[in-house]
Amino acid sequence: MAIFINENTPILIQGFTGRIGTFHAQEMIDYGSNVVGGVTPGKGGTTHLGRPVFNTVKGAVQETGAEASIVFVPPPFAADAIMEAADAGIKYCVCITDGIPAQDMIRVKRYMRRYKKENRMVLTGPNCAGTISPGKAMLGIMPGHIYLPGRVGIVGRSGTLGYEAAEQLKNLGIGVSTSVGIGGDPINGSSHRDILEHFENDPDTDAVLMIGEIGGPQEAEAGMWAKANMKKPVVAYIAGLSAPKGRRMGHAGAIVSAFGESAAEKVEILKGCGVAIAPTPSEMGSAIAKVLAGRKAA
Amino acid sequence: MDIHEYQAKELLSKFGVSVPRGGLAYSPEQAVYRANEIGGAKWAVKAQIHSGARGKAGGIKLCRSDNEIEEAAESLLGKRLATIQTGPVGKLVSRLYIEEATDIDKEIYLSFVMDRAAERIVVVASAAGGMDIEEISHSRPDTLIKVQVDPAVGMQGFQAREVAFGLGIEPELISKMERTILGCYRAFRDLDATMVEINPLVITKQKTVVALDAKMSFDENALFRRPHIAELRDKSQEDPRETYASDRGLAYVGLDGDIGCIVNGAGLAMATLDMIKLAGGDPANFLDIGGGASPERVTKSFKAVLRDKNVKAILVNVFAGINRCDWVAKGVVDAVRELEIKMPIVVRLAGTNVEEGRRIIDTSGLTVISAETLADAAAKAVAATKSVS
Repeated sequence: MAIFINENTPILIQGFTGRIGTFHAQEMIDYGSNVVGGVTPGKGGTTHLGRPVFNTVKGAVQETGAEASIVFVPPPFAADAIMEAADAGIKYCVCITDGIPAQDMIRVKRYMRRYKKENRMVLTGPNCAGTISPGKAMLGIMPGHIYLPGRVGIVGRSGTLGYEAAEQLKNLGIGVSTSVGIGGDPINGSSHRDILEHFENDPDTDAVLMIGEIGGPQEAEAGMWAKANMKKPVVAYIAGLSAPKGRRMGHAGAIVSAFGESAAEKVEILKGCGVAIAPTPSEMGSAIAKVLAGRKAA
Repeated sequence: MDIHEYQAKELLSKFGVSVPRGGLAYSPEQAVYRANEIGGAKWAVKAQIHSGARGKAGGIKLCRSDNEIEEAAESLLGKRLATIQTGPVGKLVSRLYIEEATDIDKEIYLSFVMDRAAERIVVVASAAGGMDIEEISHSRPDTLIKVQVDPAVGMQGFQAREVAFGLGIEPELISKMERTILGCYRAFRDLDATMVEINPLVITKQKTVVALDAKMSFDENALFRRPHIAELRDKSQEDPRETYASDRGLAYVGLDGDIGCIVNGAGLAMATLDMIKLAGGDPANFLDIGGGASPERVTKSFKAVLRDKNVKAILVNVFAGINRCDWVAKGVVDAVRELEIKMPIVVRLAGTNVEEGRRIIDTSGLTVISAETLADAAAKAVAATKSVS
C-alpha cells in the first residue's frame, strides 16, 4: 500500500514548463508515476510532455482529478503555489523548492489551518528530495533506481543522506515501502512525528528509519511520540555530531540554537525513548537489518 | 545574516524604538568630533563587531573627555576584539559608535525569535536585563515572559501590554513600552528578521524607554526582497574562507581540522564530518556543493577548500543520483590536474555508474585514492593526513 502515493495517484506538476520542472517531470513519468498534467500560469490550454497545462491548480484538479502535486516554483512564489494547491483540494503536496523565506512558511502553515483536519492537504518539504514508493510511484527528484521495493519506511531531512541509506539497504537486500523527505528548512510542512504516524498506520511498513540532524525540536518530539504510540521499531541516525554550536550547516534549519538541539543531545533523548540508534552514517542499513532480524525471531 | 549595533539601531528607530543619540566614527579624530556633535559630558565608545558580550571583552569604554575618547578610539580601532562569542581569533574593529551616556534606572531583556516548535514569532522578555539569555534562563527562569504572535493578524496591543505589565513597568511608562515592543515586532516582520534582541532595554532616570544595545539577524532566504538589508552585510566580520565560498554559491563553514571536505548535500556533508571524527580525524570544513555536482562546481570547491592552509588531505564524497559517477570522477581528475594539487585526495563515489567512476579515479595516475564506503573513505583520509604530518 505504501503511504501518500502509489502507481494510481494522479499527479500534477506545479511549475511544469520550466527547465527543472520539465526535467524531473520526465523522470517521474519514466519511473511510472501517473502524471496527469501541470500548472504554469499563462500557459493554460497548451500541451507539455504530452500532458495538458493549466493556468490554475483548481482548473487542473477539476479537469484531471489530480490528488497529489509537486512544486518546482522559484522561492519568491513557492508559498503562494503551496497555498493554491491546498485551496484547490490537493490531498498531498511535495515542495522541492529550496530558499523559501521562513516567514512565508509561517504564513503557509497558518493558512492551512483554515481547513478541517480531514480535508487538510498534507505538505512535505520544502527544500527536500520528495517522496517515493519504490516500484510504484516517484514524486520527487531522487534517483529512483537506488530504492528496492520493500517494507521499511524512511523519513529524513536530507536528500543525499537519504540516498545513502537507501543504497545501504539495497546492498543488504532490504526494500523500502515509502521514503519521505521532510526537508532541511526550519519551518516545514510535516514533521518527523507526522510521518512516523503515517508509517505506524501503514500495513505494508514493518520498521522505520528516521534520518535527523542538528537543530529544532522535531527528532525529540518524534521519539516521545514513538515511545507512547508505536508498535513498529524505529531506527534513527542524527547527523551533525561534529557541528559547532550556532553555525548553520548548509540547511537553513541545521543550526544548534537551544538545549536539546545538538546531535549528541538528540541521540540521548531518542535512546531514552527506546529508539535504536545507528551510531555512524555507515551503519544505517545494518541497524535496520538488526531490528528486522529481531522482529522475525520474536 | 548579522548586522552591526549601529545599523540595527538605525533600522529600529524607523519603527518607533527610541535609541540614544550617537554617531559613527572611523578614526580617533572623528570619534571626538562625533562626541562634540552629540554634546553632554559622558559618552560610550563602542566597538562595532558582529558579536555580543563586547562590554566584558573591553569593547565598550565610558569616556568623560576628548582625551579619553581619543585614547579609547586609538586602543580599539584596527585591532581584533575577542569575546566569548567570537572565539580567541576575535573580529576586526574598523568602526566605532559614539553614543551619549544614559542614566540607567532599570535594565530589561527583550527579544523576538522564530519559535520552531510553535512555528510563530515569539517575544521573550525578562526584568533581569543586562545578563545574557542563557544566564537568565539558567539562574532566573521565573522572570521569563513569553508571548506568541498569531501570524494571521500580527501582534496586538494587548499582548505588548501583557509583556510590559509582566515586567513590572510603572503605569505611566506602559504606552512607551507598548510602542517599543510593537515597533520591534513590526521591524522583525517587515524586514524578514530571524532575531531582534535588545539587551538591555533601559528605563532611564528621566522616565524614558531606550534601547541601549540592539542586535538583529536576517533570513538569508528573504534577502532577495530586502535589498536595503542585503547592503548592510560587512564581509570584514566573516571568516574569509566562508566569504570566498559564499560569494561563489557554495555553502561552507570553516572548522579547525586538517581534512578538507567536498560533499554534495548538507545532510551527507554533516554525516561525512561525523565519520571523519569517528575515524579519529578532524575536518577542516563543511562544504555542500549542492545536489548535482558539475565539474565547474567541483573545481570551485577545490579552490575554496585549498584556501585553508591547514588542509593536509581532501575527502570528496559524492552521491551521484541524477548525474553519473563517471562524469563526477572526470570532473575531480580534471580539477586536480588543473590546480596541480599534490596532497592526498580520497574520493568516494556512490550511485549511478560507480564502477566506471572508480576506474577513472584509479587509473588517473594522480595522488587520488578511491574509497568504497563512507567509513572506508573517512579511514583513508585520516590515514592520509597522518602520513603527511
